[in-house]
Amino acid sequence: MKKYVAEFERPIIELETQLEELKKTPSAHKADIAREITYLEKQIAKLKVKTYTNLTPWQKVQLARHPERPHFSDYLKGIFSEFTEIHGDRLHGDDKAIISGFAFLGSYKVIVVGTEKGKTTKEKVAHNFGMPHPEGYRKAARLFELAGRFNLPVINFIDTPGAYPGIEAEERGQAGAISNNLKILSDLDVPILSTVIGEGGSGGALALGVADRIFMMENAYYSVIAPEGCATILWGDAKKAEKAAAELSLTADKLVKLKLIDGIISEPLGGAQHNKEEVFADLKSTLLKTLDDLTKINVDELKKRRYQRLMAAGVFSEKDNLDVTRGIKILRGDADENRSAN
Amino acid sequence: MSISEWFKREDRSSIKSKDKRAVPEGIWSQCASCKSTIFQNELFATDFVCPNCSHHYQLSALQRIDLLIDKDTFNETAKDVSSKDPLKFEATKKYKESIDKAKRSTGLKEAIITGKGSLYGRPVAIGIMDFRFIGGSMGSVVGEKIVRLINMAIDESLPVVIVTASGGARMQEGIFSLMQMAKTTAAIDRLQKENLPYVCILTNPTTGGVMASFATLADIIIAEPKALIGFTGPKVIEQTIKQKVPKEFQSSEKMLEHGQIDMVVERKNLKSTIGQVLDFLSPAEVVYEKIRS
Repeated sequence: MKKYVAEFERPIIELETQLEELKKTPSAHKADIAREITYLEKQIAKLKVKTYTNLTPWQKVQLARHPERPHFSDYLKGIFSEFTEIHGDRLHGDDKAIISGFAFLGSYKVIVVGTEKGKTTKEKVAHNFGMPHPEGYRKAARLFELAGRFNLPVINFIDTPGAYPGIEAEERGQAGAISNNLKILSDLDVPILSTVIGEGGSGGALALGVADRIFMMENAYYSVIAPEGCATILWGDAKKAEKAAAELSLTADKLVKLKLIDGIISEPLGGAQHNKEEVFADLKSTLLKTLDDLTKINVDELKKRRYQRLMAAGVFSEKDNLDVTRGIKILRGDADENRSAN
Repeated sequence: MSISEWFKREDRSSIKSKDKRAVPEGIWSQCASCKSTIFQNELFATDFVCPNCSHHYQLSALQRIDLLIDKDTFNETAKDVSSKDPLKFEATKKYKESIDKAKRSTGLKEAIITGKGSLYGRPVAIGIMDFRFIGGSMGSVVGEKIVRLINMAIDESLPVVIVTASGGARMQEGIFSLMQMAKTTAAIDRLQKENLPYVCILTNPTTGGVMASFATLADIIIAEPKALIGFTGPKVIEQTIKQKVPKEFQSSEKMLEHGQIDMVVERKNLKSTIGQVLDFLSPAEVVYEKIRS
């Protein structure tokens, strides 16, 4: 299979290919080649550090979408044990864009829910590229309510370009399915932990994202709109996505600074795909430690803090700096005049 | 100049013909839907519904107040809450400039007006969005004003009426706008646990983040006729599924057919319908008193 390479990674891959070829050459000039190899290896290491430690927001978006990046199903295997999948929304169908069920996280019994994109073409189609239909969100809602009743913490994983934008999804109430999840999560009686592992696309991501603690992988993104969509609306050109990504403040480091997420799980150089085991171990210990903390808090206090956290989101001023209001009275007067003219 | 040139026909395409349909503003206008010519004063009388095809024009928030709230009873709340620019967002215009421009052109301070007023003598907490203000988009201020409106309703045991007109979340406030969906929803949840009625009126257009948060959580959802209603706008759907979508599939009527809303109500009946719904959902003793008296 041909390896996927993001545009900005190409110089590294070119050097690596050179290195491979050099290693293949016959051993007649062994000494010369050995020197060359060491030199190239050093160059590659340097270039990797240079490329991956100063990633632009757009480059991070590309890494977040990297096809070899671990998906929810990988985290499920890597972090949890004894997973039992629970299917269907009891209304329409079983949406495979969302996988959900019972599992153990360490010694905790938990409900785990996440969006899954799939890897092979066949899987991608089956999982609808990680874009849930309303029945996916309703399946999640069922599980959330179950979690609340049986006192099981909820662990959510987010990796979706967004809720599926299609005719059937609209007809079956995509908007209402999302808002209902927001409502259920905002007042659920158990601790909720959410982690954005890849793409955190808009309302479709938020539907699993109302939580007591929100974490992001270092190269994940979380945004009100995909950079391409934003670029199309603002500049009429999807190709300006790079600029849009920079304006949207969608990277983990930015969101920590804005106090909208609680922590970042660091990734190996070049992205989580380069050392999955390490990433799983890091996230697992973070989730366990957080659960230890949150399960000590009494339910009412937990919900109060969650509510306060939601209410604190937003930046505004109490004073209007440009008052141009023409006044309600005056406008109403106009309307009355116009009416009486008839 | 040769004689032949005298007789040469002018290239007609170069002459800009005056659009015959254009009429002086203020007296006559042309219906955007059926193209018939309407006497403007007639529009004022019908609350901006085309007398010919009953196309419902968008209303400003102030016109809505006039339509739904008893005369001189509206008191605006949270009116000085205004937008900041937390991300220093810069598109073709700076975000701050977009806001100032919207303020100047609409005379409003934000995409929603909130307050308390009477609806047929009944006090209600009411929030009205205005599409002209950056597409009625929801940023931090819209979210905060809705939360304060709901908190007031809870404190004073008032029913809540919200009229939506919005393209969705405000991009220029990025993730903060997304969070307003969760924020408004959490407030609505508290209102509903207090058993206070909440009616939402969807007007043209209501999509995106507003639709996927407080709008779809109303106890009763009413839409004006032929409004565009949905989560994803038709253009994005077409881009995604790579085929044309039927023109009317996200209309109020289709949403009613699919069981997503409770009723489609013409503008002239809107106020009375809201009144009936609120009457019915009010605590029993209130209605009893009414019957007795």
